[in-house]
Amino acid sequence: MNRPSPLLTITGVAKAYGSVVALEAVDMTVRHHEIHALLGANGAGKSTLVRILAGVHPADRGTLVVAGKTANFRTPVEAMRGGIATVFQDPALIRDLTIAQNLRLSQTNPDTFAQWLDEFDLGSLDRDRMVRNLPLDILRLVDLARALALNPKILLLDEITAALTADQAEKLFELLDRLKSDGCSVVLITHRLAEVMRICDTATILRDGRNVAELEVGGITQQELVHAMLGSPVDLAPDTPAGIATPTTADAEAVFAVEELASGETVRQVSFAVRRGEVLGLVALEGQGQERVFDILCGERRPSSGRILIDGSPCRFLSPADAVRQGVVLIPGDRLQALLPSLPVYQNLVVTLITRIRQWLGLPADERARAANAIDSLSIDTRAAAQVRRLSGGNQQKVAIGRWLVSGFRTLLCFDPTRGIDIQTKGEIYALLRKLAADGAAVLLYTSELAEIPLVCDRVLVMHNGLIVDEQVAARATEASLLTAAHGLV
Amino acid sequence: MVDSAAAATTVRARLAAKARANPSVALGGVCLLLVLVTGSIEPEYLSLNGARSSLLQAAPLGILAGAQTILMLTGGIDLSVTMIATGSAYVAASQSSHGAAVAILMGVAVGLVVGAANGIGVAVFRVNPLIMTLAMSGIMLGTFTAWTQTILRGSTVVAPFIKELAAGSFLGNRLPYSVVVWAAISLILIWLLRRTGWGRLLYAVGDNETAVRLAGVRTWQVRIAAYIAAGILGSIAGILLAGRTGAVDLQLANAFLLPSVAAAVIGGTSIFGGVGGYTGTILGALILSVLNSMLTFLNVGQDIQQLVYGTIVLALAWGYAGLANRE
Repeated sequence: MNRPSPLLTITGVAKAYGSVVALEAVDMTVRHHEIHALLGANGAGKSTLVRILAGVHPADRGTLVVAGKTANFRTPVEAMRGGIATVFQDPALIRDLTIAQNLRLSQTNPDTFAQWLDEFDLGSLDRDRMVRNLPLDILRLVDLARALALNPKILLLDEITAALTADQAEKLFELLDRLKSDGCSVVLITHRLAEVMRICDTATILRDGRNVAELEVGGITQQELVHAMLGSPVDLAPDTPAGIATPTTADAEAVFAVEELASGETVRQVSFAVRRGEVLGLVALEGQGQERVFDILCGERRPSSGRILIDGSPCRFLSPADAVRQGVVLIPGDRLQALLPSLPVYQNLVVTLITRIRQWLGLPADERARAANAIDSLSIDTRAAAQVRRLSGGNQQKVAIGRWLVSGFRTLLCFDPTRGIDIQTKGEIYALLRKLAADGAAVLLYTSELAEIPLVCDRVLVMHNGLIVDEQVAARATEASLLTAAHGLV
Repeated sequence: MVDSAAAATTVRARLAAKARANPSVALGGVCLLLVLVTGSIEPEYLSLNGARSSLLQAAPLGILAGAQTILMLTGGIDLSVTMIATGSAYVAASQSSHGAAVAILMGVAVGLVVGAANGIGVAVFRVNPLIMTLAMSGIMLGTFTAWTQTILRGSTVVAPFIKELAAGSFLGNRLPYSVVVWAAISLILIWLLRRTGWGRLLYAVGDNETAVRLAGVRTWQVRIAAYIAAGILGSIAGILLAGRTGAVDLQLANAFLLPSVAAAVIGGTSIFGGVGGYTGTILGALILSVLNSMLTFLNVGQDIQQLVYGTIVLALAWGYAGLANRE
């Protein structure tokens, strides 16, 4: 058969940032009419490759050929003219301008933009709204519509589904299928293998800055994809068996409880208790009030009514400092909120030891040792330890968790701790949460990945429209049962 | 030809790498270069006397720049620090009759109170530091202008002890007391910034305040403490300045405001917070003070002096930014 020449050919692309080699040498081919997954563990070099294709950073070596023309882009504008449109992990929109102003700035045709936006039933979105006042899922769709309005030959999507709701993702997949038949190829970066299996034709797998495999998705299983990414088989389930609430947990005392918590219209009534030694899961579709619940529990916001109980006695948190002093600590959904990006790993880890004024005139004598302990027990990769901003996402998340291992805590609030994290680190985080619970902590885990619930949790609560609508035994919870409840269909 | 050009490039690259690895050494080199240039203009300068006069000039500047360093690390700044200095000097002078100790304590109290007010404004009421301290500077100027006619009327001459402290020397007139004061303050500041929890938190708050707050720190406490520390440093600098001139007036410390920021910036402290330290600031203050001597010896008009001063400050700040970015 006479196959047409590929749409995009990448040959020997390499990139180093200072002494850190992000890409050793990558070859990749994207054909016409193809949805191509780009997969790899965190730090494998996916984001770097995206930046090179989008013209944000030039490659050090290697060549790009788009539709037969050599295209070593030096600026994002060159990449767009070359037919590549990119939707980055963080929306490329200016926060203090309106949507309309952002469109004018990027010289986007407003009519084409509106057509694409309407694909997601957002045609009525007010263009005069400030970007900073819009939720992340809308912004990603705005960014997507803007990219599509360029009428690209190749669409690059970096972790786009992470911020989308299930039905938005569904619409996106249908749209991508149509684009494919219209002749636009898509490069999709994702950690969700189910998506890859469902919509992608081909997958290129990166590991340590090299492409290690190109697979036809049709003929393989998820497990095989995982093997290709890791280079070795991995057991996702943590060592401590989860799922079955162990007898000690079932009648252990409630360490942390909330009673009839409410906050405006967003959180209407939420009550639950987390017991000692338990991992309590929380599941909800986007925007059901879960963010607000976590804001209240960690002391960032005060509830309009309801009580927080610690060991049975009511507490008021006026700030995160109050919560931390009661042993209630947060791993925020946006890990940048937990990191000091310019400071070294060990200073990030020990900042929890100097929170009180009486700890200000000096430093704990054992801080280095305690930091080293946390680094060891989390196996944080410290090759780029001088500045946390240089760590990979998974390692950054470990630092965010590690600062609480250093100080100790009684109740751990985790908001989607595995979002955008490679599969191996995910496994490590599951095992860690189980171990912390086994050591006597109470853990509340919100997650957007339903498959995590039976792996990690004892019980799971489902939240819908500001209410807890269901409770299930985690071991028996399935994605189907959780999703049904999350849609309020109980 | 090609070989020597290549060799020159590698030498330059190696020098740049060294400078990156150890910016204080690079700054020290710049300082030394300026001393030698000044010495070539006026050979007298390369003497104990020359060093003594440069250090005397640098001491109050270095202390004021210490205040800016602390605040800049948190992402703040203090535009009222020179008014704090002037106000403290005024109060110290008017209290001279009660003895040096009372005069100094009363003077420092000014810095404490005004610093606390700045800190509360910035940390609790979330006023932008530029606005807060600029307004505070205006309020202080007005208040002290009125007070010089009323409650602070009387002595504008400082107590002999303060004069001795600011302008006197020991070891056979070699080592000025004010330089000793600066050295002591430097040691305390370096210790605070490197070896204490509070110093650690200054960097952390400047780097990402949310992360520090979520770690359980009441960040307003860190900021208020920083503004109080800056106020106290301002007071000490003002009292030293008053002692050097022997009398006070409302313009006493005015000229030091922008140099105090410049010294910290040249020394590598970022005005956006999180990056820097006091060792660099010390060198920045020394560089500016040597530069001043050099321009005086140049024997050119005030206009040319200002022009050269501005250009060199710009070049130094730019060079430093270049070093920091190339990483």
